[in-house]
Parts: sequence; C-alpha cells; structure tokens
Amino acid sequence: MTALPDAPAVVAPPSPPGRPAGPRSRRPRPLRTALAYASLLAVALLVLVPFGWMVSSSLKRDNQVLTVPIEWIPREFRWSNFVEIWDRIPMLTYLGNSAFLSAAITVLQVLTGSFAAYGFAKVRFPGRDALFLAYIATIAVPWQAYMVPQYIMMQRAELTDTYWSIILLQAFGAFGVFLMRQYYLSIPDDLCEAARIDGLSEYGIYRRIMLPLSKPALASLAMLTFVNTWNDYMGPFIYLTSNDLWTVQLGLRSFVGQYDAEYAMIMTGAVLSVLPILVVFLFGQRYFIRGIATSGLKG
Amino acid sequence: MAQVITQPAPETPPRKRRAWRGVLVGWSFILPNFLGFALFTLVPMLAAFALAFVDWDSYRTPEWVGLDNFQRLLRDETFFVALRNTLYYAAGHIPLTLAAALGLALALNRRLRGVGFFRTAAFFPYITSLVAVAVVWNMLFNPTAGPVNQILQALGVDDPPRWAASTDWAMPAVIITSVWRDMGYYMVLFLAGLQAIPKEYHEAARVDGANAWHRFRRITLPCLRPTTFFVVVMLTIQSFKVLDLIVVMTDGGPGRSTLVLAQLVYREGITEGRFGYSSAIALVLFVIVLTVTVVQFRLNERRSDR
Repeated sequence: MTALPDAPAVVAPPSPPGRPAGPRSRRPRPLRTALAYASLLAVALLVLVPFGWMVSSSLKRDNQVLTVPIEWIPREFRWSNFVEIWDRIPMLTYLGNSAFLSAAITVLQVLTGSFAAYGFAKVRFPGRDALFLAYIATIAVPWQAYMVPQYIMMQRAELTDTYWSIILLQAFGAFGVFLMRQYYLSIPDDLCEAARIDGLSEYGIYRRIMLPLSKPALASLAMLTFVNTWNDYMGPFIYLTSNDLWTVQLGLRSFVGQYDAEYAMIMTGAVLSVLPILVVFLFGQRYFIRGIATSGLKG
Repeated sequence: MAQVITQPAPETPPRKRRAWRGVLVGWSFILPNFLGFALFTLVPMLAAFALAFVDWDSYRTPEWVGLDNFQRLLRDETFFVALRNTLYYAAGHIPLTLAAALGLALALNRRLRGVGFFRTAAFFPYITSLVAVAVVWNMLFNPTAGPVNQILQALGVDDPPRWAASTDWAMPAVIITSVWRDMGYYMVLFLAGLQAIPKEYHEAARVDGANAWHRFRRITLPCLRPTTFFVVVMLTIQSFKVLDLIVVMTDGGPGRSTLVLAQLVYREGITEGRFGYSSAIALVLFVIVLTVTVVQFRLNERRSDR
C-alpha cells in the first residue's frame, strides 16, 4: 500500500528562506511515541469503523446485521451474498453504465480541458485573460443555482433520459481548464519559444512538449473527474429514468428504497459500489492529493 | 507580445497578420471546450438570473413579472423552513468539520512510521460514494438496534435519540455524517499549511520554555491563518449548497425537518416544473453564498491589517 505523500504547500505562504531545519538529535522518547500512536489509532478507528461495519455486514445474513449486542465479526461468513447480488439487481449493467459514463466524461474533460488550458497559458491574444476570468467566475457559482435552466435546455432538446445530457453537462467543466492551466504556467515559456524557433507549430508544441511534460497533472485531472463522475448522484438522478441506463449509485439507492429490510444485501451492494474507487484511489492517490492541493476545490 | 518587443520592429502588415494569427490559434485551442462550457454552463447561468423575474410553469408561456416571484417567496412558509434548516446545517457543519480536520491534521503531522497509512484512511471517506455513505450511516443510526445507539446506551445514555426517524435529530445525524465524510479533504489542506510552518519557530519557542499549548496558540494557529481562512470559505460555500447528501439520506424528512434551500430549488423547478419561482429561490441561494464569502474576505483583510 502506498503512503499518502506530504501534500505540497499551495494554500499556505511559502516558508521564508533561511537555514534548512537540520535533523535535531532528540532522544527518542518511548512514552511520547506510544501516545502518538494511540492518538493515530483513535483517529483510524473513528474513520474506519463505518467501513469495517459495512464489510462485516455484507458477509452476514439479513437478520444478523442489526443485532443487540453488536456483532462486529460475522458468526459465519456468507460469501454467497456476493454471488447472489448479481441476480437480485442488474449490478453488472449498473457497474458497466457507471464505467462508461465516467470514462467518456473523463476522456472529453482531459482532452478539451488540457487543449484549452494551453491556449490560456501559452498563446497570447487579446481578450484571453478576460475570457479566463469568466471561466473562473463560474466556478464560484454553485451548480445548484442553475440546474433548473440546464434541465429545461435538456428537456427541450429531448436529451433527458439519455447519456448525452450528463456527458454534455459535465465534460466541459471550467475546473479542468483551471487545473491544467495552473500546471502549464509552471512550465517555462523558453521551452515553447525554443520549439517555435525550431519550427514547431503551436499544435506541435502542445502535442510533443506540453502533453508529455504534464502527465502528472493529466493524471490528477483524469482521476478527480473519474471519481467525481462515478460518485455523482444528482446528475443521473435528475436525468436518467430508464432502469437500463442507471448508474451504480442510482441502482443501489433504488434497491435500498425497495428492499429496506435486506440489510446484508444492501451492504453487499455498497461494498461493490465502493470497490472500484478504492482500487483507483490506491493506485493513484499521489496524483489525487496533488490535484486537490493545487486547486483547492472540487466540482 | 514579448517576442515582438525583443525583435527589431517589423513592418506593420506582417505584425498585424501575426496578431490575427495569434487570435485564431488561441481560439482554436479554447474553442472545443468553450463551446460546451458556454452552451451548458454560461447560458444556463445567465438564464437562471433572468428566469427569477419570469412567471413560467412548464405548461404556460413565460411572462415577465418583475419581483413577483420574490414577493411570493416572502409569503412562502416552506421557503423559511428550508432557509432555517440550511442555516442549521451550516452552523453545525462548518465549525465541526473545521475542528475535526484541524485535529486530524495535527494528529497526522508527525514523522512516524506508518503515518501515511493513517492519512490515506482519513481521506478515504471523502471519495466514497454518497449513496454508500448514506446507506451505511443510516443503518449505524438505526434507533433500536443501530451500533451508534448501542454504544450510547453502553455509555449510560438511557434514552438515545431516534436520529433520522425523529424531526429533532435528523439534522444532527446528517451533520455528523457530513463531518465524517468531509474532514479528510480539509485535513489535506491543513496538512499542507502545517508543513509550510518553518520548524525553527517551534524550536525557538521550545528553547524559550513554551509548552505545547502555547506553541499551538502562538505559532501554529497564527501561521495557519491563510489556510484556515480558505477552509472556512470553502466550507461555507459547501454548506449552503448542500443537496445530494440530504436527498440520499433523508430526502428532506421526516416532515420538512431536513429540507434545505438547494433541495427546494430542485423540487420546485424540476419536480413541479415551476421554472420561474425555483430560479428566484436559486438566486437567493446564490446571493447568500456570495454575501457570506465577500464578508469573510472583508473580515480577513481587516484582521490582516492589524
């Protein structure tokens, strides 16, 4: 398991120049270390107990989930829950739909976002900065304030209950442009200038120089977008009514509504809906954290 | 323009042509994103402003009515219920998340073996899907046999709250869940702030005999001020626009006890098709968020001046 790296300092002011803090030879104090670990353990318990309970409940019988006293560890492990759920609800369809939507939106957002960011960061033309300001200003407006006009538009275009509505609404966010532009600004202009003198066109510079150099930022953006889309509830909830288009979030929510006493099966579904995100996160959490720390905002 | 200045001044026509080329090339990069952005974000955003002054139900033709929607708002009791609930949520969510995130960051800002694992764990709730979070916490909060109430009873609370099943305790249940979910995200921001504090400050204070509490009060907190400010602004915006967690966890109930402003916008606009009226509520929501943010910026400036 990879460790969460020290987050880069972006929000805070840079530390003043001076003597770098050398390793102070302080004697190890076992009591302090023990106390520190005890506090870490308390934190971990607070955070992880709900997850532990979710996994444990997913391996029980329905009538063993809410018992007095609490059974933290199942009496018998019912792995069969993870087999039965595929027949109880169309879980495979839901997972596939979620994967398709997340992938489509991520690809579009990364492509158009990084492309536009190059225009904003490295090509000079009148009106550019005013336009960028318009992008930034929209990030400050809560989406909840304009969801109704968006809905009216989609309704008039007869795109409700299709993936088009969600893809079109989420693939061109200002967030991706902002994140990529921040990164491109950190790449020296001299590099582009040299390439220009060598006869590379702007598109060539973008493709041959900027894209390869910005792989970490592209990875950050791709991950944030993928996870956000996978977890999104309101978008699919507003626009998708047909069962065969539903994402995992909608499917799970509707299952809870219909069979609210099947506690174990609900938990099995919850585990399955979280698992893909856990995998993505563990593989790329470094990019994930960096993206959050650079932008300081999300969705 | 930098390259133009460093070169010997060229004739006017080529320079003009180059400027035009710059515009074309620049726009060609921005256009693919801008088309989607303008059509699906900018236009609806501007439309939301205009719609607030229009009477438009999905069956009738739109009609300009000036401030009618806002007058109706002042007479709408449900609006004030939603406004009060939103303020309630914000009043719980902002300070508790701030404290939890700062506490986590302080606990995890140590050079210990395995601290990375704990940071990862603390962050994970934030990227867990809301539906899973809501489903799990709703069961944890189960009034009769849920683990939360069993633990409370074991601690000597004879009559534990009925949480999401009662009008008084549904909002606290939502707030606790949202604090648990969001604290890891703000912890990342605080960790970045803590790591930017020069170690010499603490060393010097320790030499001068300052204890841990004094160092926290006199060094850590003042140095963290920019981060704290940023976190408070973000938390405020996030609190006032809360929607999905409520929809999934309580759907505004029981009764109207957890109905919030953004949810009222959704109900009026998308469920009921009252486009004009819902846009007026949305505008109020936006103005509240904007005002609070501006006030916070002002306060921050004044405090930095001192």
